[in-house]
Amino acid sequence: MPVSITLTVNGKTTALTVEPNTLLVDAIRQHLSLTGTHVGCDTSQCGACVVHLDGVSVKSCTTLAVQADGRSVVTIEGLAAPDGTLHPMQAAFKEHHGLQCGFCTPGMVMSAVDLARVNPDATPDEIRHWLEGNICRCTGYHNIVKAVESGLQAMKTGASAQAAE
Amino acid sequence: MYTFSYQKPSSVADAVAVLTGDDDAKAVAGGMTLIPTLKQRLAQPSALVDLGSVPGLTGIRRDGDALVIGAMTTHATVAADATVRSALPALAALAGGIGDPAVRHRGTCGGSVANADPAADYPAAVVGLGATVITDRREIAGDDFFTGLFETALEPGELITALRFPLPKRAGYAKFRNPASRYAVVGVMVAETAAGIRVAVTGAGPSVFRVAAMEQALNASFTAAALEGISVDAGDLNTDLHASAEYRAHLVTVMARRAVEAAR
Ligand SMILES: Cc1cc2nc3c(=O)[nH]c(=O)nc-3n(C[C@H](O)[C@H](O)[C@H](O)COP(=O)(O)OP(=O)(O)OC[C@H]3O[C@@H](n4cnc5c(N)ncnc54)[C@H](O)[C@@H]3O)c2cc1C
Ligand code: FES
Ligand code: FES
Repeated sequence: MPVSITLTVNGKTTALTVEPNTLLVDAIRQHLSLTGTHVGCDTSQCGACVVHLDGVSVKSCTTLAVQADGRSVVTIEGLAAPDGTLHPMQAAFKEHHGLQCGFCTPGMVMSAVDLARVNPDATPDEIRHWLEGNICRCTGYHNIVKAVESGLQAMKTGASAQAAE
Repeated sequence: MYTFSYQKPSSVADAVAVLTGDDDAKAVAGGMTLIPTLKQRLAQPSALVDLGSVPGLTGIRRDGDALVIGAMTTHATVAADATVRSALPALAALAGGIGDPAVRHRGTCGGSVANADPAADYPAAVVGLGATVITDRREIAGDDFFTGLFETALEPGELITALRFPLPKRAGYAKFRNPASRYAVVGVMVAETAAGIRVAVTGAGPSVFRVAAMEQALNASFTAAALEGISVDAGDLNTDLHASAEYRAHLVTVMARRAVEAAR
């Protein structure tokens, strides 16, 4: 039996009708056509599907859409400014060559942005541990860690610039 | 995934009523074990009963000489909680070492204990710290809770509402992680409690177990050196592609020594 739910995705509230067994990632990709969130595995291990649910990173491939009813979701599409200016973490991935094929990148960036919430001064070692649930087949991780280090710093500068305004 | 219906009960009693009335209905907590199982079509529940909407199942409180943790409290919350970190740092470390951040943001202690995965971390905490599992109808001693591979003392439809951990004098947890899944190849909780030393091992056998010889040795001297020469019998342990039974037996002693050294 289909269920009616309401999701606020990237600030926009939408009513959706989904099956109880619809995954959040399928609601995002298929119902809302936001295909930036990827599916890289069937075992909840790769992290390509990471989004923020009420501000916290979760695997959207291991969350039911009905479990997100009434809650707020941010996907990779929700990070950049409306004029297209990249989020500081996205800019850092670009600057530091934190991606090659880019398949893992949406999940990496969403996880990395969530790290700023819990540990804005994370060391390279702490960054590696935080990204344990995000698998990359291309980069060898070094540039991802550099990008996250620099992205965390840029987010702090951005935050203090905003606070000063 | 097979199809199922979805229920959002508003109380523990409502959830239990649905689960008791329908043998094929299943509770969902964080979904970090159940949803992957459903995706692989290894289970076919008629209905999912979402505990996420049930009030009163989350939170951590100090109750005399014990910590009471609601069943729906996530691993991330336990790991970051100031009370847990100061009163029972071994449990904060155990919860913070489960899976990865996104798993810890959804996965719950009640779901982990109910699931009784042989490689899960929480069973070592429940048995090693002598915890009590509180359900909608009774209290079950940790020592009596885990009855076998993915088997527990829970009756059909019975829900865990909280876990009560008596505070030890000191405790330490060490695990040898599977590098891909982070589950325990072997995990050992060592605790000095009011009633003596407890040593609980997860990951190694079909279900969590205590090691009497290690408990005796540590009662005499709470040092890593006291465990020298004490090992468990590989005959009862698991062999899989990650580790042979003999290697797991070896790891039990190594992890027990590290747990003693980590005990605070
Ligand atoms: C990539 C990955 C890595 C992981 N790594 C680890 C690890 O390193 N260590 C580890 O220990 N675990 C690990 N896990 C498992 C994780 O800890 C799960 O959160 C946990 O096993 C189940 O908790 P849940 O809340 O997600 O339960 P669910 O998946 O929702 O439920 C699991 C089972 O318990 C039942 N249940 C749930 N809550 C209750 C309740 N209150 N009362 C009665 N029955 C209930 C459900 O009906 C179901 O049968 C990992 C999972 C993933 C996906
Ligand atoms: S798609 Fe791999 S963890 Fe979600
Ligand atoms: S850049 Fe290709 S998988 Fe990470």
